[in-house]
Amino acid sequence: MTAMLPTSAEASRVVEAVLADLRMAGPRGVVVDSPPGAGKSTLVVRAAGTLVDEGSGQVMVVAQTNEQVDDLVYRLATGYPGLTIGRLSAQDYLPTPRVVHDNVMVEKAVAKLVSAAIVVATAAKWTTVSDGTWPWAIVDEAYQMRSDTLLRIANRFDRALFVGDPGQLDPFSTVETNRWTGLTWDPMQSAVAALLRHNPDLPLHRLPVSWRLPASAAPAVSAAFYPFTPFVSGTGPGERTLSLRTAALRSSPVDGAIEAAVDAGWSLFEMPNRHALRTDAEAVAACATIAQRLLERGPLAFTPDGLSTGEPVTPSRIAIGTAHRDQAAAIRAQLGALGSRTGGITVDTANRLQGREYDVTIVLHPLSGRLDATAFHLESGRLCVLTSRHRHACIVVARAGIQELLDAHPSTEPVHLSVPVKFPDGWEANQSILTHLQPYKVRAP
Amino acid sequence: MSALTAVAKVRAYELGRAVPLATRRHVHVSDRPLVFVPLSMAGEANAPLGCLIGTDEAQPRVLVVQDPRNRTQRFAFAAQLAEIVLAYVDGCTVSMVEERGKSVFADAPQLVVANPGGVEFTRLLGRSTRFRRTEGEWPVAPTVPVLGRWLTWFAESTEKPGASTVLALTTVLCRHWATGQSALEDANLAALMGWIAPWDGLTGPCAAEQAEDPAIWPPAGPATDPDFDNGVLAKLIAAYDRALDDTAKSTAMLRMLAVLREQMQPTWHLMWKAIALLRAIPPASTVEKRWLRDRQDFTAIVEYWRDNPIPQARVDNAVRAAQRLDRLERALDEVTVDAAMDDELAMAEFRLSGEAFQGSVVACDPVRTDGTGTRRKLRPHIVVATADPLRLEEGATVRSSARPAQEATVVGVERSADLTWPARVTLELRNGMGRRLIPEPGTVPELGERLCYAALETKFAINATFPKREETPWTHGGPPPPYEPEQQSTMDIATEDWS
Repeated sequence: MTAMLPTSAEASRVVEAVLADLRMAGPRGVVVDSPPGAGKSTLVVRAAGTLVDEGSGQVMVVAQTNEQVDDLVYRLATGYPGLTIGRLSAQDYLPTPRVVHDNVMVEKAVAKLVSAAIVVATAAKWTTVSDGTWPWAIVDEAYQMRSDTLLRIANRFDRALFVGDPGQLDPFSTVETNRWTGLTWDPMQSAVAALLRHNPDLPLHRLPVSWRLPASAAPAVSAAFYPFTPFVSGTGPGERTLSLRTAALRSSPVDGAIEAAVDAGWSLFEMPNRHALRTDAEAVAACATIAQRLLERGPLAFTPDGLSTGEPVTPSRIAIGTAHRDQAAAIRAQLGALGSRTGGITVDTANRLQGREYDVTIVLHPLSGRLDATAFHLESGRLCVLTSRHRHACIVVARAGIQELLDAHPSTEPVHLSVPVKFPDGWEANQSILTHLQPYKVRAP
Repeated sequence: MSALTAVAKVRAYELGRAVPLATRRHVHVSDRPLVFVPLSMAGEANAPLGCLIGTDEAQPRVLVVQDPRNRTQRFAFAAQLAEIVLAYVDGCTVSMVEERGKSVFADAPQLVVANPGGVEFTRLLGRSTRFRRTEGEWPVAPTVPVLGRWLTWFAESTEKPGASTVLALTTVLCRHWATGQSALEDANLAALMGWIAPWDGLTGPCAAEQAEDPAIWPPAGPATDPDFDNGVLAKLIAAYDRALDDTAKSTAMLRMLAVLREQMQPTWHLMWKAIALLRAIPPASTVEKRWLRDRQDFTAIVEYWRDNPIPQARVDNAVRAAQRLDRLERALDEVTVDAAMDDELAMAEFRLSGEAFQGSVVACDPVRTDGTGTRRKLRPHIVVATADPLRLEEGATVRSSARPAQEATVVGVERSADLTWPARVTLELRNGMGRRLIPEPGTVPELGERLCYAALETKFAINATFPKREETPWTHGGPPPPYEPEQQSTMDIATEDWS
């Protein structure tokens, strides 16, 4: 508990500094880098409140997906019951239960939301708003937004706060984009990258504490993916734990992996080395079986501010993460076949898991069973998203041989002129996480 | 490489000949393409050495640069090339037709090169000629900058998925056939053609092996064979430079012309053979639509340059880059869906990945209606039994290639508990059946009909809006300075920062 106070104080000092920048008539933009689970959404909500208090007019809030928008609307509506929150939506949007509040207006045209203090919409929706200027915008998950999207909405605001996680997946495109490589306005880079290359003097803040990641995970994730901007866990060792209500009768490797994760917060379920198709049937079955077995063992989660008897880890608190959509679909089908008990477990790709949080995650390693290590599978952001969604424990499922695969595929991405070097390199990040996982390895037969 | 391409490659290897990857041709092949075999001199970026060019296999034009290191001769070559290319482009502007309420040229130019290297040569030659000035110091012929604009236009059009204004033959052939050799070997036109259409009764691998001998099959360019460079070309260029009078110079030139023609001729004929092979494949139904788009692009650029004869910018500004990316992404999206809907081999990839399924209609309720809304709506149900490894879930929207305008929702997927197929998929048809509560004949699939449904959708987002160039926001550096051609003297260009 002694470590709590300084970290907490440090975190609030950064938040106060951000809010002070907003109150000051000064820079046109403020950037806040946030490691996984460092209170990004809380900051967005506080910043929106501060701007409303300052009387700077209606605040424009930009998020990247409908899911994120609904989350923000919920937090704003419950955080400021006295303010009217506008939810600007697309034609085919159906309001989710989260946005149904007395002080939330859902409209398809921004003109109907003039009475709202804060208007929230996806970036895609904001690009369709062709006039009007807002004095302030708050851009959430700004590292997930592509520079060309920012270009399309930037004339809508005078000043903006950009909040995001630099370690997550970079935006991507399916077409060849080499012709813009090296340009400061390369449409393929993230919105923050473009912003900072044109406005290098903008104030840049970093949130120093991850409230989500447990003490077992923060150092490993920080060292692998944020080598120059370290962060710490908001909870100390042993403050956030798991326990199992039932013991295994005959302990199988699956039980071994679950128990390792319960004890240490990490485990690596290693299957025999084999080159496999992307939807590796054995790996898919392993992911589903581990999830099912975990639920059977009745996991309880203990947190410092939670119940002293622990809270049951339900299917909705478990996620399975993959690199590809077909892998996720295969795991979903497998879970469906295992029965209704596992219904409600989230199975999705890294791209879609960005910004979400679970108690326990099961990760199908992007390099498992592969013949080659492409830039896609090596991307540090992918592994970072997959290994930083959990509050308690993370179980990585992989075939043996990733070490050899990495050794055979050193990073050979071409280096381009005038392109800022991005740290960390995916190859190195993969090595770092793999090394970290070695003590928690459980071999499957 | 997808799993199916990998299988096709293994099969090709076993059979000793290429295996088709497509049942339809997915590119337009012009009746009168401009075939272009450029060569460049080793050791310097884009120093043109010569080319074969023309629209008639029997009558190629040969252009040669006697000393590629001599800039004056390079631009003389560009002027000669301009004469041919501009006459060809003008030939496409003779007649206009009405298409969807707008006039477009009845034809568009099509440049055919052997490989992506040819496209890169075109791009670089365009880059080195489009900014040249026709007066002042070191002037070039008035046609040279115009050639530069057109070559740049051709090279840039290759970035757009589905465009057929430039065909790089190795790329196009690899889209339609799989061979038993590596991608690197496939980049050699002669080796690739050896697998697809072996000559002299050879098998694919034998023909491909023969193609690796530069003495029999000189490289398709733009790079030349290093032995040829050292043993033949260097001496010819030296002989030309040493020649003292005009007679000696023209003798040297004629020898060089003959030698280079010999280097390019095999590729020239091979390219025409490849074009004939492509012509023989029946075109996919959407090729026509995409070629119309190429013609519209061509019409637009001709009309734009009529009023604003300015070269394309060296780099895209922020707004143009974003607009171009948007256009390219949409084009790729569309061409992927079109190809799958047109071609069962392309669709097979999606069936394998579970995004599409094929099967027969085993139950059908064509007059089912839905009365839950304010008005009763016609919502027929059909059940399709499929053996495909389906990964679609309830709520997915699918379309069939037989009725591409009709949308259907997956409302149920039934499969045995052990996850084996076949599965029975229940679909609810949403539209395309007429306005009444009884479907128009033929709009609802009948019992026993074999169909392929795919969850592939083109995003028809309304044309995206972008800020005007002069309204480029502060986040992207603000508005760029306006284009002023006189701003740069030739000296500035010579000392320009090329990094």
